[in-house]
Amino acid sequence: MSEHSPRQDRPREAGPILSVRGLSARIAGQQVVHDVSFDVAATGVTALLGRNGVGKTSTLKAVMGLIERSGEVVLDGARVDAERTERIVCRGVGYVPEDREVFAGLTVAENLRLAERTGDHGTSPARKRLVADLFPDLTQRAQQRAGTLSGGQQQMVSLARALLNENRILLVDEPTKGLAPRIVSEVADALAAAARTVPILLVEQNLQVIDRLADRVVVIDAGRVVHAGPARELLDDQAMIQRFLGVHAESEPAPDQVHKAVTIAEGGE
Amino acid sequence: MSTLILLLVTGVGLGGLYFLVASGLSLIYGLMGVLNFAHGSFLTLGAFVGLAAAQAVGAGTWGGLLLGLLVGALTGAVAAALTELGLIRPLYNRHIEQVLVTVGLSLATVALFEGIWGPNPRNITTNAWLSDTTELLGARIPNTAFLNILAAALVLGGIVAFLKHTRYGLIIRAGVENRSMVTALGIDVRKAFTLVFAVGGAAAGLGGVLATQSLNYVSPHMGASLLIFAFIVTVIGGMGSLTGAAVASVVVAVLQQLANSYLNNSGDLIVVLLLAIVLLVRPSGLMGRTA
Ligand SMILES: Nc1ncnc2c1ncn2[C@@H]1O[C@H](COP(=O)(O)OP(=O)(O)OP(=O)(O)O)[C@@H](O)[C@H]1O
Ligand SMILES: [Mg+2]
Repeated sequence: MSEHSPRQDRPREAGPILSVRGLSARIAGQQVVHDVSFDVAATGVTALLGRNGVGKTSTLKAVMGLIERSGEVVLDGARVDAERTERIVCRGVGYVPEDREVFAGLTVAENLRLAERTGDHGTSPARKRLVADLFPDLTQRAQQRAGTLSGGQQQMVSLARALLNENRILLVDEPTKGLAPRIVSEVADALAAAARTVPILLVEQNLQVIDRLADRVVVIDAGRVVHAGPARELLDDQAMIQRFLGVHAESEPAPDQVHKAVTIAEGGE
Repeated sequence: MSTLILLLVTGVGLGGLYFLVASGLSLIYGLMGVLNFAHGSFLTLGAFVGLAAAQAVGAGTWGGLLLGLLVGALTGAVAAALTELGLIRPLYNRHIEQVLVTVGLSLATVALFEGIWGPNPRNITTNAWLSDTTELLGARIPNTAFLNILAAALVLGGIVAFLKHTRYGLIIRAGVENRSMVTALGIDVRKAFTLVFAVGGAAAGLGGVLATQSLNYVSPHMGASLLIFAFIVTVIGGMGSLTGAAVASVVVAVLQQLANSYLNNSGDLIVVLLLAIVLLVRPSGLMGRTA
């Protein structure tokens, strides 16, 4: 799997790939992100966690410039918070939105073609090979309309659109949401492979997936960062998981339950 | 029988004119969510400028007509692109303001056209063949109907091919579904906005010159009257659906012709009734996505 993966060419360095400072955002006039600050390291997976509705998706959208925002967003040393979404993307920020957002009326091939970019952080042959190897299904289904794909296949399309390009970071929002356990582990496999080539900021509710992929965690609550640190520290601390995420993690899942999704309970329910 | 054939063919011809206006309305609404009330002005301007070009070469000659159609389409395209760049783009994502601007522009331009070309219709010289008729199954069909049908079919085919086989066509189809995801793939969707305005403006300008050939006059108000029916067609066909607009254009125009002839000139009334029925039974239109 790693043989064909395009390796990250950036050296292991101290600086984060993405820094968010004092980010606030509003949707329809209502503030949904409050003065959020965190860093995404230049390698591995940083998980952005929190109960339902705390503002994880809104934080990613604010970084992408998809909603009205204020504050600083620094990508590899350059301020990007005043830029339009497409400019930010072309600087090498891949976005895999919540609920996949594939173009239902377009074929798989068209969805992928649309995502191909030119320029420094654009599509490369190595990246195309990576996508073809990770998602052989998509090659087979190239001419199928994306709207007729299963949820898991749509997620593959959505991930593939971001992976086709030499991005400097991926923002991935709940890639396993609503998927069957077997598909969850397939998606996690793909993310693990992707994470060897590009740093990822991952919003995820499934604790097993977090456990498998995340190196660091950032926890938000009510639109604010309430915790940041190594993933292990959080995952080993039941009380902290309960406090921040409102869920009991099964520390020792039975073998037949290994792939069973442990989903963070709805905050207000 | 021959009357029926006459009405059917002229109906389809009129539908062709409606489609030339409605196609742009539909594309613009589908991609940008903007009802473009200035679309009739692109048509009128295309008609006046196109005819002026035709006259310069020779009114009534084939060369003049061809040049007129070309210049009309080009004029419509340029006017529409400038409108998008100058008035619509600065109001990005503020749909109500964008619509109001197009309403204002349509009123202002009609006044402007009246100032330049006078308020009254002017008769024009048409090509000898176009003023003639051709016999089809016993009916004497005005040749303009054939020209309109041909032009609309070419425009429909052209737009479909463009949407299907070009990168920008792909961007437009994707943008109609989900604009913000298009930008999230690193694409400046605003270029596609300008492009659909230009394509729609070209079709309208072409329609303007064609309409003068059928009407035998050109007037500052022709855009506004065609625009009303084009809007109705767009709504009946399903806002944003190109094929819906094509089908509805023909249905509306044929119905209008039949009612005008058999039901005491009630064509316009029947069309409005059809609109009401479609809105009640299928609010998203014949081929529209459910809202
Ligand atoms: N389009 C919208 N209009 C109004 N409020 C919204 C909109 N989208 C999100 N919100 C509100 O913003 C807040 C944050 O939502 P967001 O989707 O960012 O949360 P989240 O952490 O991603 O939740 P989840 O875990 O359910 O995906 C919520 O209170 C939500 O109700
Ligand atoms: Mg979310």
